[in-house]
Amino acid sequence: MKFEKREDVVYVLDVKGYVCPHPQIYTKKALSKVSSGDVIEVIFDNPSSGESIATMCDNTGDEIVNKQQEGGLFVWDIEKA
Amino acid sequence: MEQDLRKKRMWAYGIVGFFALISISTYSFNEYYIYLSVYLWFGFLYGMCLQYGRFCFSSAFRDLFAVGVPRMAVGIMIATVLFALVSAFVTATGLSTFHAAPTSVHAVIAGLIFGIGMVFAGGCASGSLYKTGEGNGVALMVILSISVTQALFADVAGWTNKLVPASWHESALAKGLPETINAGDGWVDQYLAGYVWDQPVMTFASTLGMSNESVSGAFVGNLLLGVIIPAALLLVVVYIGWSRTGFLRKRKKQQGSTGFRDELAGYWTMILASKRTAIAGLLLGIFCGLQMLVTQGLRVKFGVKNAGTLLERMGFDYGISVNGTVFDPGYWYVTTQEAQWVGWVFNKLGADNMDNIYFGFVNGIPNPAINPADWMSLALIGGAAVMALLHNEFKFKKPTLELATWAIIGGALMGIGSRLGLGCNVGAFFVRVSQGDTSGWLFGLGMIAGAYIGVKFFNWWTERRMAKEFQACEL
Repeated sequence: MKFEKREDVVYVLDVKGYVCPHPQIYTKKALSKVSSGDVIEVIFDNPSSGESIATMCDNTGDEIVNKQQEGGLFVWDIEKA
Repeated sequence: MEQDLRKKRMWAYGIVGFFALISISTYSFNEYYIYLSVYLWFGFLYGMCLQYGRFCFSSAFRDLFAVGVPRMAVGIMIATVLFALVSAFVTATGLSTFHAAPTSVHAVIAGLIFGIGMVFAGGCASGSLYKTGEGNGVALMVILSISVTQALFADVAGWTNKLVPASWHESALAKGLPETINAGDGWVDQYLAGYVWDQPVMTFASTLGMSNESVSGAFVGNLLLGVIIPAALLLVVVYIGWSRTGFLRKRKKQQGSTGFRDELAGYWTMILASKRTAIAGLLLGIFCGLQMLVTQGLRVKFGVKNAGTLLERMGFDYGISVNGTVFDPGYWYVTTQEAQWVGWVFNKLGADNMDNIYFGFVNGIPNPAINPADWMSLALIGGAAVMALLHNEFKFKKPTLELATWAIIGGALMGIGSRLGLGCNVGAFFVRVSQGDTSGWLFGLGMIAGAYIGVKFFNWWTERRMAKEFQACEL
């Protein structure tokens, strides 16, 4: 697991290789730490975590502003509400 | 990219072709193989449904507590209700293959151990099978851990005999099992014959004085009172706890105020929130019921009560239990066939494991190549692989040391929980609840509590892991 600041308001959370529940728990924890308007780029390759992260964002109001998928790898940009 | 997708599609067609070839060639060799092929194709369909809906029982309870996501809990309740509906028809026609399990506190304890294990492992017993089909090495390790632990645990003796209460020992011996079965030796044997078998076997219908096979027993006792009402109430709890606040907040923003009508709309929206999960649940429920019907139809056609007789007629007598049976539930099941193949390997390596109740008296350890339930599990992995390949979600993933450790620990706990509860999240919970078996809900309660404990642990673990990263980012 890697979590780092890329730019002023952009963070990267790399949870490639992790299975449930790690990607969604790490994403939740990371979102709880950053400020409103900050964006976290979440990189994961566990498809079922995507379903949980999407529903979690829908519940909290955080917005998935960009989704990319290639060969089982998912890169989602989430903007904190 | 396009070439990669084409390659994956070819692999998917190849897997389907492989299973078709097995079915056709074995049937042309002996018509009894169609019985095994029924397991195979239903397993294949389960795998496709599970992967499509990301259907994982572990996720159902874990994601509620971990990230407040109710979609899978809802999906599983939908599947359970639909399976129960189809099953009520099957039971009322007298073609059900289901036998209820003893009900007591053992089911809660087993569910608790299983629940902690499934959170640690990252997936339940059935979820690990479909994730293996996605190329997930961690899930494969979980399956191996469940399989080995069960095979060892079922045959454990020696010092564990000292942990057996005298009443269990005496009761086990009093059952008068065949001489080849040493019921007075081994913790699990004495637990089964000395304690579990003495507990009452109950369904919601039977507790109300109705027969399971009667229309009122099947539809009112087991379906309405045993499944629909408890599932609806459980979903009310999930709605109030995890979905209501978010939904009403959005409604208030849109229309200023909210009332009872909005509450009903919120409940219904929660049920329909994840189409994929709901569709998978719907199909799983229907297929599970159909498998019972088809299997029982074949039993009537061939004049048998268990696949062990068919295997013997085909000339396979190795690994058949003392009763002439092998594990042949006639419905979706996961863990026993996993224990069997490892039990078969151990036996081939010289272990004397046919003197216990689990293998020697009930399930046997037939060669995995002709074990009906093993055909189902292998095809389930294949069905999930086909679905993942067609949706470009297949990816080989090597386990890291951290995840491999969790997989082994979690798998071992699930293996022990399965043997104590006489089944896993599918056999001890999903199937039993759907058939109105009271022990199913007890296992489920334990599983929910176990998931809560597992999540509490993981919250602490991830907090610890992220502390340094947050510090480096000055958060």
